[in-house]
Amino acid sequence: MSRILAFIFRRRGHGRGWHWTDIATWIWLIGGTILMFGPALWLVASSFKGPAQLAEFPPTLLPYVQQTAMVEGYDAPLPLYTTTQEDGSTKVLAEIRRIGVNSQMVDPGNPGERINVNIADRSPVREIGLATGNYVEPLVKNNFLRFLWNSVFVTVMATLITLFTNSMAAFALSKYRFRGRDGVMLLIVATLMVPLSVILVPLYSVVNAMGLLNSLWGVILPTVATPTGVFLLRQYMLTIPDELLEAARMDHASEWQIYWRIVLPLAAPALAVLAIFSVVWRWNDFLWPLIVLSQREHYTLQVGLNTYAGELNVQWHYILAMTVVTMIPVILVFLFLQRFITTGIAGAGIK
Amino acid sequence: MAGLGETLGRAAAWPFTLVARAVDPPLRVWQRWTGTGGMAAVFLAPNLAIFGVFVLIPLVLNFVYSMTGGTGILLDQRPFIGMEQYGRLLECEDYTRRITCREDQFWTAVTNTTGFVIFQVTLMVVVSLITALILNRNIRGRGFFRAVFFFPVLLSPVVVGLIWRWILQREGLLNLIAVNLGLEPEIWLNDRFYAFAATIGVSTWAHMGFYTLILLAGLQAIPRDLYEAAEMDATPPARVFWRITLPLLGPNFAVVLVLALIRSVQIFDEVYVLTGGGPGTSTLYLTQYIYEVGFASILRNPGLAAAASILMGAVLVVLTLLQLRLSRRAEGRRAR
Repeated sequence: MSRILAFIFRRRGHGRGWHWTDIATWIWLIGGTILMFGPALWLVASSFKGPAQLAEFPPTLLPYVQQTAMVEGYDAPLPLYTTTQEDGSTKVLAEIRRIGVNSQMVDPGNPGERINVNIADRSPVREIGLATGNYVEPLVKNNFLRFLWNSVFVTVMATLITLFTNSMAAFALSKYRFRGRDGVMLLIVATLMVPLSVILVPLYSVVNAMGLLNSLWGVILPTVATPTGVFLLRQYMLTIPDELLEAARMDHASEWQIYWRIVLPLAAPALAVLAIFSVVWRWNDFLWPLIVLSQREHYTLQVGLNTYAGELNVQWHYILAMTVVTMIPVILVFLFLQRFITTGIAGAGIK
Repeated sequence: MAGLGETLGRAAAWPFTLVARAVDPPLRVWQRWTGTGGMAAVFLAPNLAIFGVFVLIPLVLNFVYSMTGGTGILLDQRPFIGMEQYGRLLECEDYTRRITCREDQFWTAVTNTTGFVIFQVTLMVVVSLITALILNRNIRGRGFFRAVFFFPVLLSPVVVGLIWRWILQREGLLNLIAVNLGLEPEIWLNDRFYAFAATIGVSTWAHMGFYTLILLAGLQAIPRDLYEAAEMDATPPARVFWRITLPLLGPNFAVVLVLALIRSVQIFDEVYVLTGGGPGTSTLYLTQYIYEVGFASILRNPGLAAAASILMGAVLVVLTLLQLRLSRRAEGRRAR
């Protein structure tokens, strides 16, 4: 163990032994790791707890479920409790029903005799287990399956359209000389200054006039012409040598074919980065869908979650589970594609 | 297996290939007719159309809305009232007391946002800089730790808000820690000060990884031999930081500062889910004010919301121009 630790904490280079800054570094890194992952892990652990367990304080770290047993003469499984007898010994009994502060119980080994126990004298028998109903019920009974589908639809469509329109614009801006090119670039730069929160009211009225309120397209279309996407792709396409295009023109390729068959495949790495960005952006969008979508069947996951979490009696066991569902695609992106994003940001300084 | 993946990829691309082939003949005709310049227009058209409809037109309309009154969203139902909305936003009997303002909620939002921006940006820059400096050291598992700090950046604001609401609630994790440390449990988000602090902490938690990456890229661009030279001269580390690291990091640092400012001014999503602007109005920030006045409240007033958003937009334009200037300077330095 100590050799492993020595290996992990070994300082490279100087070999002057430990300096206080090394200790500070590791405290920061390990503390940071706990702080960055801890809250999400706590959420996942909590999402498998039943409602009764969620209301407990102090909370337990792991999810437990109450054990039940089939008792002769009863149709449904009965919950098990440990009860304290008058002589101080304990016994496991199954509860039939609760009447006020008393619980009517039965010994699973001797189902004939009913015993009355004060609820203060009993405690549930629990084992580690997952309350998977948290996940199943909102997806099946409430509209969360619908929300999930809406989110997937918005994300996929918006990303596809973003890739096409942005790559076409980037191609024109990187490979053609035409009058007004600088003007167009300036226009696109200028739109960087107009974030959504500044044009909420008029954008709503434009979307309204187009009949796109309460439609997923009303969520998708205003988001797809991202200036960052055009920039990213243009920067990359500038590195594609013009000779390649010229050679294709010699072979009588049309401009459209040059874009489709030559430039797009060569720009694949930049397209991949933009696709990842776009998926994360559109999956996470909140304010605009909140404004455009007012009917429940059109909600995306983010809006649906916010609505259910804003109710007077928050059903945390459902909310937590659905939050985890909402996190899944992003966690997949993080696990498999994180390197693309971090290099993309470091290279372009964008988000 | 690679063969299978490729086949699947081809199958998924198939409809697009079909479309691309179908549009080629008409585009060839167009190309012969207009030349390559006409093709540039074709390639630009979809993106510019979307820009035009969903950014430029709303931008112009925003001014129209801010100068009209009434509660309707359709423009023909809105009478022209000139600068009245701006007057309403900015009018106060006594400018030292918020409560005397005609639209005191707006001033509350402005004050809250100012406080938020000052504390959050400071915290953000300091924490990201420390993390970037640490990640720039020769440590084992640098890639792993870089990813660790980036993880929350990917989470949706709604998820971020809910994660922390769950931790800060009465039976939550923070109270568990507080009780174990012998402190009194609190309902953190019901307290004005703690709720304000929570919005700052949570939004920093969620975004610091992004700024850390930009700063780290800047740090890694600083030539190593400068540090080696400093070491030869036995320069104290603090001096190395102030004389080498910070000046050479300057442009990236400025970009981070301005980007953080721009985003901080517009804060909405996480805070809305976390506190809903409460308790009372103690975490009501500008974007939420605009949203509520424009859409959510019973007495909705799109004109007032538009006027408020234009005032916020003016601040953002100044900040963005600053950013573009700074990042151009950063690029210039890198090129040299």
